[in-house]
Amino acid sequence: MGKFIRLKKGFTINLAGKASPKVVEIEQPETFVIKPTDFNGTYMPKPVVKEGDTVKAGTPLFRDKKHENVLYTAPVSGEVVEIKRGEKRKLLEIKILADKKVEHERFEKYSVSEINNLSVAELKDQILKSGVWPNLVQRPFGIVADPGVTPKAIHISAFDTHPLAPDYSVLFKGQDQFFQVGVDVLKRLTSGAVHINTHSANEISTVFSQVKGAEVNKFSGPHPVGCVGVQIHHLDPINKGQIVWTITPAGVIQIGKLFLNGIYDSSKIVAVVGSEVKTPQYYKTFTGASVKKFLENNLKQDHVRVISGNPLTGSAIDKDGHIGFFDQQLSVLPEGDYAEFIGWITPGERKLSFHRAIGLFSFLSPNKERVVDTNTHGEPRAFVQTGIFEQVTPMDVLPTYLIKSILAEDIDEMEALGIYEVIEEDLALCEFVDVSKHKVQEIIREGIELVQHS
Amino acid sequence: MEFIKNQIEKIKPNFEKGGKWEKHYYSFEALETFLFAPATTNGIKGAQIRDAIDLKRLMMTVIISLVPCLLFGMWNVGHQHFLAIGQAGASFIDKFWVGVVQVMPIVVVSYGVGLGIEFVFATFRRHPVNEGFLVTGILIPLVMPPDIPLWQVAIATAFAVIIGKEAFGGTGMNVLNVALTARAFLYFAYPTDISGSVWTYIGDAKTVAGYSGATPLSIASDAATAGTNVVSQLSSFGAGWNEGVFSFANMFMGIMPGSIGETSTLMCLIGAAILIGTGAGSWKIIASVFVGAYAMGLFLNLVGGNAFMEMPAHYHLVIGSLAFGAVFMATDPVSASQTETGKWFYGALIGMFTVLIRVFNPAYPEGIMLAILLMNVFAPLIDYFVVSANKKRRLQRATV
Repeated sequence: MGKFIRLKKGFTINLAGKASPKVVEIEQPETFVIKPTDFNGTYMPKPVVKEGDTVKAGTPLFRDKKHENVLYTAPVSGEVVEIKRGEKRKLLEIKILADKKVEHERFEKYSVSEINNLSVAELKDQILKSGVWPNLVQRPFGIVADPGVTPKAIHISAFDTHPLAPDYSVLFKGQDQFFQVGVDVLKRLTSGAVHINTHSANEISTVFSQVKGAEVNKFSGPHPVGCVGVQIHHLDPINKGQIVWTITPAGVIQIGKLFLNGIYDSSKIVAVVGSEVKTPQYYKTFTGASVKKFLENNLKQDHVRVISGNPLTGSAIDKDGHIGFFDQQLSVLPEGDYAEFIGWITPGERKLSFHRAIGLFSFLSPNKERVVDTNTHGEPRAFVQTGIFEQVTPMDVLPTYLIKSILAEDIDEMEALGIYEVIEEDLALCEFVDVSKHKVQEIIREGIELVQHS
Repeated sequence: MEFIKNQIEKIKPNFEKGGKWEKHYYSFEALETFLFAPATTNGIKGAQIRDAIDLKRLMMTVIISLVPCLLFGMWNVGHQHFLAIGQAGASFIDKFWVGVVQVMPIVVVSYGVGLGIEFVFATFRRHPVNEGFLVTGILIPLVMPPDIPLWQVAIATAFAVIIGKEAFGGTGMNVLNVALTARAFLYFAYPTDISGSVWTYIGDAKTVAGYSGATPLSIASDAATAGTNVVSQLSSFGAGWNEGVFSFANMFMGIMPGSIGETSTLMCLIGAAILIGTGAGSWKIIASVFVGAYAMGLFLNLVGGNAFMEMPAHYHLVIGSLAFGAVFMATDPVSASQTETGKWFYGALIGMFTVLIRVFNPAYPEGIMLAILLMNVFAPLIDYFVVSANKKRRLQRATV
C-alpha cells in the first residue's frame, strides 16, 4: 500500500487563464524542433542526420557522447531543414519540416504476455533505440538516465501543481492500457518499487488509480507538492551514491505505446494557457511543435511573453518558437518591461505576493486568479535572511545554507546540505518569493554541475 | 510622471559604463529605483514571474511598525519635560511640539550621516545601496536619550555604519546589530551622556522640587543594595511631581522617562503586531525573548537573595527597553539566528541574559543591549549546531 503524506509549506500560485477541459485538434504545425539543451547532463550532442535528410518518427537525430546508446529521435516524419548551432558549434536545435501524415519507424511489437518474457536488456534496447529513453531522468542531478544502472526506485508524479498546470485527467484520458504496460516495463528496470504519487484533493484519474504493480501514494498540500523531488524526499530520500529515476506519465505512456504498437508515438496534449490567451484550452500535437498555430488569433494583445512550460520553471521562446521536449503547457503572460512610479510602495490588491508586507494584500484573497507579468518587481540586493525560503520548501533541506554553499563552491558542504535531493524546480518557489531577486534556479544548476563533475 | 521619467532616461547614459559619472552609477541607481520600480524583466530561463515584494517594501514595513513608537516617543519627551519642570497642565500640542523639536534633529542627523556613508561606500566598493539603513536610521534615534548632543549621534552613527557594517562587507554581512552598535559605542565612549539623569529633556528650564532623574532599573538596583522592596520603591517614586510614574500600568504604557522611542511596551507590542502580521519580523524571536526573560525572572524569584531578584518577574517585561529590544532589535534578520530552530534558542537566551545582566551587574543596568549584542555574536554558533543536526540526519539516513 502507498503512503499518505501531508505537506503544509509552499505556495500555490493562482494565475488567470487556466485551460478549460476541452481538447481541440487543429491543423498541425509545419515545423517541429528537438533541442539538445532540453536534456540536462548531455555532454557533447552530435547530429546523426544532415540537412535535407528525410526522417520518420523514431529516426535518430542525434546522440550524445556521454551515453552513446541513448538515441534522440525525430518526433514526426519529414525533412530535416535546419541544424542550428551556437557558440563553439554547440548543437542547439534540429528542425524538421513535417509531413502531412506522420510515418513511423517500425520497432518490435509485443503483446502483454510477451513483454513479461523479455529480458531487461531487450527492454532497455527497445526503449533506447526508439528515442523514448530520454524521458527517464536520473536523480540526483536531474539528468538523462544512465542505461547502465539499476535505480533503487522509479517515481512518477501524477499531478502538476505549477502555476496554470494542465489537468492530468484531461492529458491522459483513455490511456489506461498504455500507462499500465509502461509501468510493467518500468518495474522490470528497477530493483525497488515504481511509485505513483497522486494528490488527495483531485479526483484521481483511473489511469493512475487502477494501475497494478505500483505503489500509489497520496500527497496533500500546496505547490511544490507536485514536484517529484519533493515527493521522493518524503517517500524514500536519496542519499549519496544512490540513484532513482523519475518519469512523467507522458513518458510512461510512450513506453507503453512503444511496446504495444511498435512505434515511437510522440503525440501529446499541450495546454495553451495564461491571462493573454483568448481561449485557454488543450491542443493535440506532437513533441517539439511550433507554437505559431496555437497562438494565431488567440492572443489578447501583442506585447507578451511566450513560455514553453510553466511560468515558474519554463523558458521564454519566440512567438514562432517550439515547445520543449518535457513541456506540456504553453503559457502566455504580459511582458513586464515598464517602470512603475514608486512601485516599491504603491499598494495593490492585484499584486501577487506570498508576503504580507505593507501594501500587499493578495494574501487576503488566495482563491482569486491573478494576472502577473514578467517584471522583476525590484532590483537585485544582498541576501537578507528573512526565513521566507524555508516557508516555501516542504523538505528537511535548508535552502539558504545550500545556496550559500553553492555560491562558495564548497562541494562537501553542498553534499552535506542535500544537493542530491533537489533540482531547480524543487526550489523554484524560493526564486519567486526572494526579496533580493536572486536567480535561485540558476544557482542550483551551477551547484549540481559542480558536484556532478567533481 | 512622464516628465520625471524622461529626465531620468536622459541623464542615465552619463552613469552607465563609459559615461562621465560612471563611478556614481550606484548612487544614481538608488535614486532611480526609489522613484521608479525598474522596468527589468525576468530572464529567459528560470522563474518568469516574481513576487511583488522587494527589499524597499520590506524595509518600509519595518519602518511603519516603528511609527507608533516614534510618535509616542515624541509626545512622551514633551510630556516628561513639562512634568519635570512642574507644568503638568501643558497642552497635548505643546508637549508634542517640544518632542518634535527635540527628536527630529536626531533623526535627520542619523539619516544624513548614515546614508552619506552608505553612498560613499557604494560608490567606492561598487555595490548597490542597500535599503537596510532606512531602518537602522530610524532605530538609532529611538534608542537615544532625548538630550543627546547631535555630534554624538553623528559619531555613533558613523562608527556603527563603518565599523559595525561596512568593515564586514556591508548590508547582510554584519555580525552585530548596527543600531545597537551605535548605542553601545556611546555607552562606552561617552558614559556620562548616556547614563544617570539624561532620560528627561529639561532644557534651560528649572526642575520641579523633588525631581529625580532615576530610572526604574537604577531604583531596582539601589533597592537591592539597600534591601528594600523594589515594587514599593517604584510605586512611591515621583510623589509630588509625577505620581505613580513607575506603577506597573504606567510603565506598560510607557509614560515615563527613558530613551526616545523605547519606553512604551504597548507601542512596541503594536509594532510587534505589525511585524508579525506582515511576516517582516520573526514571531519566534519576539515571543522567546519575552518568555526567556519572564522565565529567568521567575527563576530568580525562586532563588531569592536580594530585592532585585525578588522583584515580580512581569516587571522585567516593562522596565528598561526589553520590549523594544525584543521586537525591533533582536529580530534584525541579518544579525539574528537564521535557522528557524535557532531562533527559539537565540531569543530565549537574549531574554535570560537581559535579566541576568540587569540583576547581577549594577554597572550596566540595561541588560538588553548587551544581551542582544552578545547573542548576535553567538547566533552563528547556534546556527552551526542546527545546520549540523540537519547534516547529521542526512548522514544517518545514508548509513542505515
